[in-house]
Amino acid sequence: MGMTMTQKILAAHAGKQEVRAGQLILAEVDMVLGNDITAPVAVREFEKIGIDKVFDTAKVAIVPDHFTPNKDIKSAEQCKMIREFSKRQGIEHYFEIGEMGIEHALLPEKGLVAAGEVVIGADSHTCTYGALGAFSTGVGSTDMAAGMAVGKAWFKVPPAIKFTLTGKPSQWVSGKDIILHIIGMIGVDGALYSSMEFAGDGIAHLSMDDRFTMANMAIEAGAKNGIFPVDHKTISYLAEHADRSYTAYAPDDDAEYVREYVIDLASLRPTVSFPHLPDNTRTIDEVGDVPIDQVVIGSCTNGRIEDLRIAASILKGRKAAKGMRLIIFPATQKIWKQALQEGLLEIFVDAGAAVSTPTCGPCLGGHMGILAEGERAVATTNRNFVGRMGHPKSEVYLASPAVAAASALTGKITGPDALDHTIGRNQADES
Amino acid sequence: MKAKGSVFRYGDNVDTDVIIPARYLNTSDPKELAQHCMEDIDEAFITQVKKGDIIVADKNFGCGSSREHAPIAIKASGISCVIACTFARIFYRNALNIGLPILECPEAASGIASGDEVEVDFDTGTITNLSTQESWKAEPFPEFMQELIKADGLIHYIRQGGMD
Repeated sequence: MGMTMTQKILAAHAGKQEVRAGQLILAEVDMVLGNDITAPVAVREFEKIGIDKVFDTAKVAIVPDHFTPNKDIKSAEQCKMIREFSKRQGIEHYFEIGEMGIEHALLPEKGLVAAGEVVIGADSHTCTYGALGAFSTGVGSTDMAAGMAVGKAWFKVPPAIKFTLTGKPSQWVSGKDIILHIIGMIGVDGALYSSMEFAGDGIAHLSMDDRFTMANMAIEAGAKNGIFPVDHKTISYLAEHADRSYTAYAPDDDAEYVREYVIDLASLRPTVSFPHLPDNTRTIDEVGDVPIDQVVIGSCTNGRIEDLRIAASILKGRKAAKGMRLIIFPATQKIWKQALQEGLLEIFVDAGAAVSTPTCGPCLGGHMGILAEGERAVATTNRNFVGRMGHPKSEVYLASPAVAAASALTGKITGPDALDHTIGRNQADES
Repeated sequence: MKAKGSVFRYGDNVDTDVIIPARYLNTSDPKELAQHCMEDIDEAFITQVKKGDIIVADKNFGCGSSREHAPIAIKASGISCVIACTFARIFYRNALNIGLPILECPEAASGIASGDEVEVDFDTGTITNLSTQESWKAEPFPEFMQELIKADGLIHYIRQGGMD
């Protein structure tokens, strides 16, 4: 019996010829990641182990991105603690505000993850790097501490579920819509403990940014990881960002999958997750009349340049609905600058958006866009749990950047193809 | 080792955002976190929980964010054990890593109601509902995980040379 992509990567990192689903292994890790929420706990646990130095100063990344720029004194203290630890340890990949970004957009951009590698991160969306053909998975702070100390992590080798993507998605269907559709189909525990392995000719139509979005949300189906095959787009991306050699793994023909799904991308519609679970999905044609108070475009899920370009294409020359709070946060400093240079930020500001520095803030109800009781937001983020973005009686609707931008214009959940492309345009812009 | 206490019963997909909302994550002090444990779905929890009490839930307990603050808050609130049909995977490993006892047992979960008195024998995996006198046996942990539990978590396990 053959192995899946995930199983091959894990076998190689455990020094084994082969591994089987369910087997417990100790694997070497190529990168250990933490942020300003999870790293303080990890640092404390690390110091209990009795090892003075991290296993490799080039294989630890610490990114203060959640409650930064520091939202209050306690958050500032947490950041200070990990800043001092990073300095003391000589951590090479510590990124302060001004050069940082949301960790899962930042690491690929900085070339800190490549195909075939094993990455653990004390953040559940660490699974994002599966887009690059890497095995990456979220863990807790104690695992991060152990990883920093010994460069290893324990894993139960996951069984795999195969998603064969065929056909070409229509204009307004993005990676976000595809992954929301999949989560809606299999449920928030539909891939529990498993790897989600993507395959099929439909992948050729997905940009790297689409793939990052999809791998990012594998955790919302309960998966251990989501992983894409390495193709020419991956190779170009890695050539541009990661200046080193890597191994591209492909699944064996006789790899075992516990379930297989075939998804015709051409049949999908823009998709929205209703409160309070990501699997509570409806197509844009089924949403009905849902007035909203706030739109958030950004996050590790959808704060990349392509997401901003799509939002700008819809917002250009238009104004957000009266009373709408539109918050846009590019995911990294580099993306922010790129958006500036491409004129996207001006489009956003003219549309009435508040454009933020990179931060995870609003996505997890930290700061920079908290909801009051009874308020509703459309967000391009990844979770719509009770209280996720603020008051326990507020509501979050998850959607693509295109749906979020269109909704900001109308003040209710709206698909971009429902917008009249002339009505609503700023007169000055038209003339 | 045994645990005994009364039960707080929850449903499917209890996520780590409701176990400990992000607005309290500007600290990692276990006592402070415990004060807000479960408050977004059960405000009464923290006023009623007693040392030794047990949480019983349905499927996918602890889904969402990887925040270890969730099992830390539960443990610091006095909860001795969490029994669920299934656990989300990061919560599962976090619980083992920090030494919060958890048991997967769908049959027990369906036979236990809020307020029941329950006893758990971790050595045998036996879960007994003292209120109804029913009892079940949870799947034993694989050997490696038993060693982790015996060592009282991953840090002690490493100190003992477990990951060399």
